Amino acid sequence: MNEQQQTLWQFMSGQSDKLLSQTLQHVGLTFISLILAIAIGLPLGILIARKRKLSGTVLGIAGVLQTIPSIALLGFMIPVLGIGAKPAIVALLIYALLPIIRNTYTGIIGIDQHVKEAARAMGMSKGQILLKVELPLAMPVILAGIRTATVINVGVATLASFIAAGGLGEFIFGGISLNNTNMILAGAIPAALLAILLDALLSLVQKMDVKKLRKALYIFPVVILVLGGFYALPSAYGSTLTAGFTPEFMGRQDGDLGLKSTYGLKIHTIVISDAVMYKAAYAKELDVISGYSTDGRLKAFDLKILKDDKNIFPPYYAAPIVRDEALKQFPELEKTLNLLSGKITDSIMTDLNYRTDYLHQQPERVAKDFLISTGLYKAAKNGQKGTVRIGSKIFGEQYILAEIYSMLIKGNTDYAVSTKTGLGGTKICFDALMNDQIDFYPEYTGTGLLVLLQPNPTIAKEMAHDKEKTYDYVSAEFQRKFKIKWLKPIGFNNSYALMMRQKQSKELNVNSITDLKKYLDKN
Amino acid sequence: MIELKEISKKFGDTQAVKQVFFRVAREETLVLLGTSGCGKTTTLKMINRLIEPDAGQIFINDKNITDEDPNVLRKGIGYVMQNIGLFPHYTIAENIALVPKLLKWDKAKIINRTHELIEKLHLTENTLSMYPHELSGGQQQRVGLARALITDPSVLLMDEPFGALDNVTRTSIQKEFKALEELKRKTIVMVTHDVLEAFELADRICLMDKGEVVQIGTPKELLYQPINDFARNFLAGQRLALAFKVINIQDIWSYLPEEIIHHGESETAELSIWEAMELLRNKDRFELFISGANKTIKSINFEQLTKGFNQYQNAQLHE
Repeated sequence: MNEQQQTLWQFMSGQSDKLLSQTLQHVGLTFISLILAIAIGLPLGILIARKRKLSGTVLGIAGVLQTIPSIALLGFMIPVLGIGAKPAIVALLIYALLPIIRNTYTGIIGIDQHVKEAARAMGMSKGQILLKVELPLAMPVILAGIRTATVINVGVATLASFIAAGGLGEFIFGGISLNNTNMILAGAIPAALLAILLDALLSLVQKMDVKKLRKALYIFPVVILVLGGFYALPSAYGSTLTAGFTPEFMGRQDGDLGLKSTYGLKIHTIVISDAVMYKAAYAKELDVISGYSTDGRLKAFDLKILKDDKNIFPPYYAAPIVRDEALKQFPELEKTLNLLSGKITDSIMTDLNYRTDYLHQQPERVAKDFLISTGLYKAAKNGQKGTVRIGSKIFGEQYILAEIYSMLIKGNTDYAVSTKTGLGGTKICFDALMNDQIDFYPEYTGTGLLVLLQPNPTIAKEMAHDKEKTYDYVSAEFQRKFKIKWLKPIGFNNSYALMMRQKQSKELNVNSITDLKKYLDKN
Repeated sequence: MIELKEISKKFGDTQAVKQVFFRVAREETLVLLGTSGCGKTTTLKMINRLIEPDAGQIFINDKNITDEDPNVLRKGIGYVMQNIGLFPHYTIAENIALVPKLLKWDKAKIINRTHELIEKLHLTENTLSMYPHELSGGQQQRVGLARALITDPSVLLMDEPFGALDNVTRTSIQKEFKALEELKRKTIVMVTHDVLEAFELADRICLMDKGEVVQIGTPKELLYQPINDFARNFLAGQRLALAFKVINIQDIWSYLPEEIIHHGESETAELSIWEAMELLRNKDRFELFISGANKTIKSINFEQLTKGFNQYQNAQLHE
């Protein structure tokens, strides 16, 4: 543990530049959206306190907005606002809105009627009553709302990294993808501290007596503005094209680091979530993205894979990995899972992905259609001899594979199946397997090698480009280290790939990564 | 001078006020008396346009108030309410200075006037920097009164001003209120459901029921010439106490003993029976010397006072 902390400290001091800029971005995002939320929420709260008939509708809408899952909200915004700071700020603003509107409303409604009547009877105008009576008296409640909104925003702002808006989420989600605990903590700890600190500061302001509060009220907006100013909008573009890479790709030898060292590629890069990356490329927000070669969205959004002419992307052959104990517990399992071995090629997988991602067919249906067409489908036996637990990562391909395996097991054995799909990344999936939460999930040889085993660079380099060597190496090492067995590969190779829009690729005459580098150097 | 002409107001289906009319002369105190829900407070609030009437007209100093900007109108009318409605986030000084600040008085003038008022209202200097919640109910009501009086408005509206106070505090504040020179120069409309308070403070009383005026008259008229059963029954429970308040020595002069020669101090015959009794209750005074209308003096003790009062009462009832 001590060692762990030390290495965390080392990681943080080694990455202090990045940490500082991410923290400032985080604070900036939180406060810019907070200012906007106050600018919108406060007047709305006042309005519905005046016209109470509207209160149900306005609070209802703000409440519904609040319940939209954050990643979905970010996704909705890409077609309209693109990626980067703008949609992130708008999303945060939407989440901050409800507590501010609601507390402004309750604060004003809660003021003693007699005080309001006295104010009217003294001849104060509506504006005077608002500024001198209602707002000051409602202020403690309004501040409580702002406080809630701030804490919510610090939390949700971690998701801003999904759409290239920066913040501490870059470390957190990068760390989850890369199985790097220190990286996760380097993002999560400052984010938590930030939430606690801001909450404490605002509670101080809230507890100040009304008299002092009047002065604090003038300072408050200034502080918010300064903090909001930390967020320098993404600086001027360094190149004519913009790349969007996932946090995982950014941190990997066979990703951005390899692109830089092997190809010498210099491109303006932003960090973005896999979930929205393709859409952003399609919407021309991004020009180059780090996709997966079998991704259905490749077909859906008409993207072209740039040829990896210097072979930096290692093979990623998919195969189920199973705990030894599960193989003992379910003797039929290995044989059943191997039924799929060699059955799905790259193009079949891309097509299956296309059906779910673009045609929006259910993974169950896609899985069943596939099994029927290959003659592997058998009706479920509804057996009760124990339950096999299948895991999957949180993207379409893994959902389909999980469904296929589920049907194969139900049709060919007497086992029942429970699926735990949508585990948010390699680390989470693998930890679930190691901790006996699932029995198997589909993994990729390259991920097993570079993310889970992390051998020294010379071994990695030696292995990385040979399909057989990689598979043999990970099989042996997993067995030795983790007591986990790699079953036979399914067939397709879902490796990393750089992609561009077909049309742009033609226009610029860029077909390989080397072409891309040449184009960038010229412009 | 305030005049209401055929004022009516409906809230939904309820007729809160129905063709109410009255006239309050300059420097007169009119008390609107009635049970809760009789429309007296609604009537009062229409005078400073906190509530707008559905029909009828209201004139203050011969000007129709609907022609005035309500905020300007209200700044010129003092308003005291039962719940006082002090601003909890303002100090006492700031609460008192509210209207002058709206009127942009200069600071020195506000400070002078504030000090003048707190002295008259028996508030101490150190309360000025306190907040309302630090004051007792009685003190808060004095502050409420100071806030209403600071600009020396000619009209003062009071909505159950002593209603929230305990009996002891109420009696003492009522007394101070009655003695306050400042208030004698004002045209006052006051709302109360307390008959004794009405008789104590009113020049004239407007008795209301179910949104309508039942009877308007001096306390004595209400007591001895009730217009109907409602008016009679309304006062029934407290007739004796009320009579003690409205009848003065001059009224029962002829039922008192013979005149005497006396050269010492004497009390005025304007003294009410109640006040005379209170003076006589002091144990060192067995008799009072009262100077009547023609500078004549009579000496009375407690027995003679009650006897004279009883004879007067009998005579009134048999008229």
